[in-house]
Amino acid sequence: MSGQPSAPAVAIADGSVALGGRPVLRRVDLSVAPGEFLALMGANGSGKSTLVRALVGLRPLVSGEVTLFGTPLDRYDEWSRVGYVPQRATAAAGVPASVWEVVAAGRLTRRRLLRPLSRTDRAAITDALEVVDLADRRREAVGNLSGGQQQRVLIARALAGEPELFFLDEPTAGVDLPNQQVLADTLAKLKERGATIVLVAHELGPLAPLVDRAVVMRDGRVAYDGAPLRDHEVHQPWLGEPHTHHHHDHHDHAGDVRRPRTDHVPHVASPLDGPGERR
Amino acid sequence: MSPVELFSLPFMQRALIAALLTGLAAPAIGTFLVQRRLALMGDGIGHVAVTGLALGLLTGRSPVWAAVIVAVAGAVLIEVIRERGDTNGDVALALLFYGGLAGGIFLTGLGGESAASLNRYLFGSLTSMSVDDVIVTMVLAIAVVGLCVGLAPQLFAVAQDQEFARVAGLRVRSYNLLVAVLAAVSVTVAMRTVGLLLVSALMVVPVATAQQLTRSFRATITAAMAVGVVASVGGLVVAAFASYRATVAPGPTIVLLALACYVVAWPIGIWTRHRARLRQPFAEGEPATHEACDEHPHDHGPGCGHLAVPHDDHVDYVHDGHRHAAHGAHYDEH
Repeated sequence: MSGQPSAPAVAIADGSVALGGRPVLRRVDLSVAPGEFLALMGANGSGKSTLVRALVGLRPLVSGEVTLFGTPLDRYDEWSRVGYVPQRATAAAGVPASVWEVVAAGRLTRRRLLRPLSRTDRAAITDALEVVDLADRRREAVGNLSGGQQQRVLIARALAGEPELFFLDEPTAGVDLPNQQVLADTLAKLKERGATIVLVAHELGPLAPLVDRAVVMRDGRVAYDGAPLRDHEVHQPWLGEPHTHHHHDHHDHAGDVRRPRTDHVPHVASPLDGPGERR
Repeated sequence: MSPVELFSLPFMQRALIAALLTGLAAPAIGTFLVQRRLALMGDGIGHVAVTGLALGLLTGRSPVWAAVIVAVAGAVLIEVIRERGDTNGDVALALLFYGGLAGGIFLTGLGGESAASLNRYLFGSLTSMSVDDVIVTMVLAIAVVGLCVGLAPQLFAVAQDQEFARVAGLRVRSYNLLVAVLAAVSVTVAMRTVGLLLVSALMVVPVATAQQLTRSFRATITAAMAVGVVASVGGLVVAAFASYRATVAPGPTIVLLALACYVVAWPIGIWTRHRARLRQPFAEGEPATHEACDEHPHDHGPGCGHLAVPHDDHVDYVHDGHRHAAHGAHYDEH
């Protein structure tokens, strides 16, 4: 059951998420067209990671609906079309695992139970390793790599399933500049292949030229949705942390800028916990 | 009695089969527990299983099956508490552990069973297994190993990164419950071999030993199962030979042998990791500075005894913690 061809790759309508009774996302509307490269930006705690986690079904919505390729999330089952790169400091766990093994786990979206890896599977894993430029380190334990290289392993894992839609949660956090450049090259290749990319980032750095559209989150709401912004613009007072003094100078800026009306009123207007929180 | 006669006795052969299978099954599931950083889960299940044993002894039914049922229930409960992710989840687990142990001892007392009958299971009684016991052990152990190996790709992905596995469309909760149930089954399988109080050792120590020397998951689980077999069969044989002179229980011997393997592997692991760090190439594109080293009476070359590390277009030799590269007639510090 695949969605309509013209449907957005991913969309959330009127979506709210509450964590432990506190609203984290408030009635967010967002729709990402196929082939788009969207950067989700905002300060810490603005809800940008929560939004991505809601889009892939890791956070239950208290209201609203997420659709992937036109299919509502709770009926969605074509997970091989979706690649997710979670926010991780490390790709390692309690037992050593080689780079190849971690990347091969990404192929499970297309593998049947109790079947060995096919030739196509192996080719996809090799290709994913080559795209992130780690093919020569496939036998190494993932825990022995640097932070930036581990981040690339996580991206290769998502790539191995050959998805069309990527969610990347802060892949550049704590990654040095050369590794950020490899990351940018990787994402440029994906973009060329026509993939839809939703990237959560605090700062874009070398990724900036790739971005088609920027969405700035603030306080669980979409504060800006429009043309790409430069890093320093995102941290303008009218988009930055709450409770700072803002200069009302947004006449100079293009795009749909919403006034931060709620800054000096209590933030919890109504508890968002609905009945029957889904897991 | 000669050793040949000893090992031809039926009870000894049954013990060998049970030890072999336990040595295979316990580290197989133990690897997934260690991967999820739940190394002590086996211990917790072992404590809960004591209540099951006591219930079996009290009601006069098969203590092994009662232990299997209660251990599975306890494992599922532990998994549910863990998944809820309460801030004091570990305290809830501790309550379950001690509740299980205390309940077991209490029930045994109620039934008027002597301490010896519970001891058999707490510390293992490999040499008193009946034919039925061995058949049950074989069936359960083969099921555990088969599922661990057959579902290894899925179980690996879930244990490595649960959130990724969920977005990949895997039924994470079912796999987590499967691991919990398999752990409970291996605990009851290993109960007769090493005893409930030492069960976790056979699930964890071989894995800890293996990962000193391995870099991949597949190598770790294979090596852990090999260490498990060596330790449990070896421990039984050692105990059998030692029994000519003293009373030696196989259970503790098996665990001590596994620990001995760890003690041997640990320094080798430290050494190989140290060597891997020395071997690590420099990051690409570092600025080239020319720094000649002092008097150098030694000629570096293949087989000179110093570790050779490829560096761009030449080879560095690790010498007293420095990297020396040939440059004309002298050596540079790299």
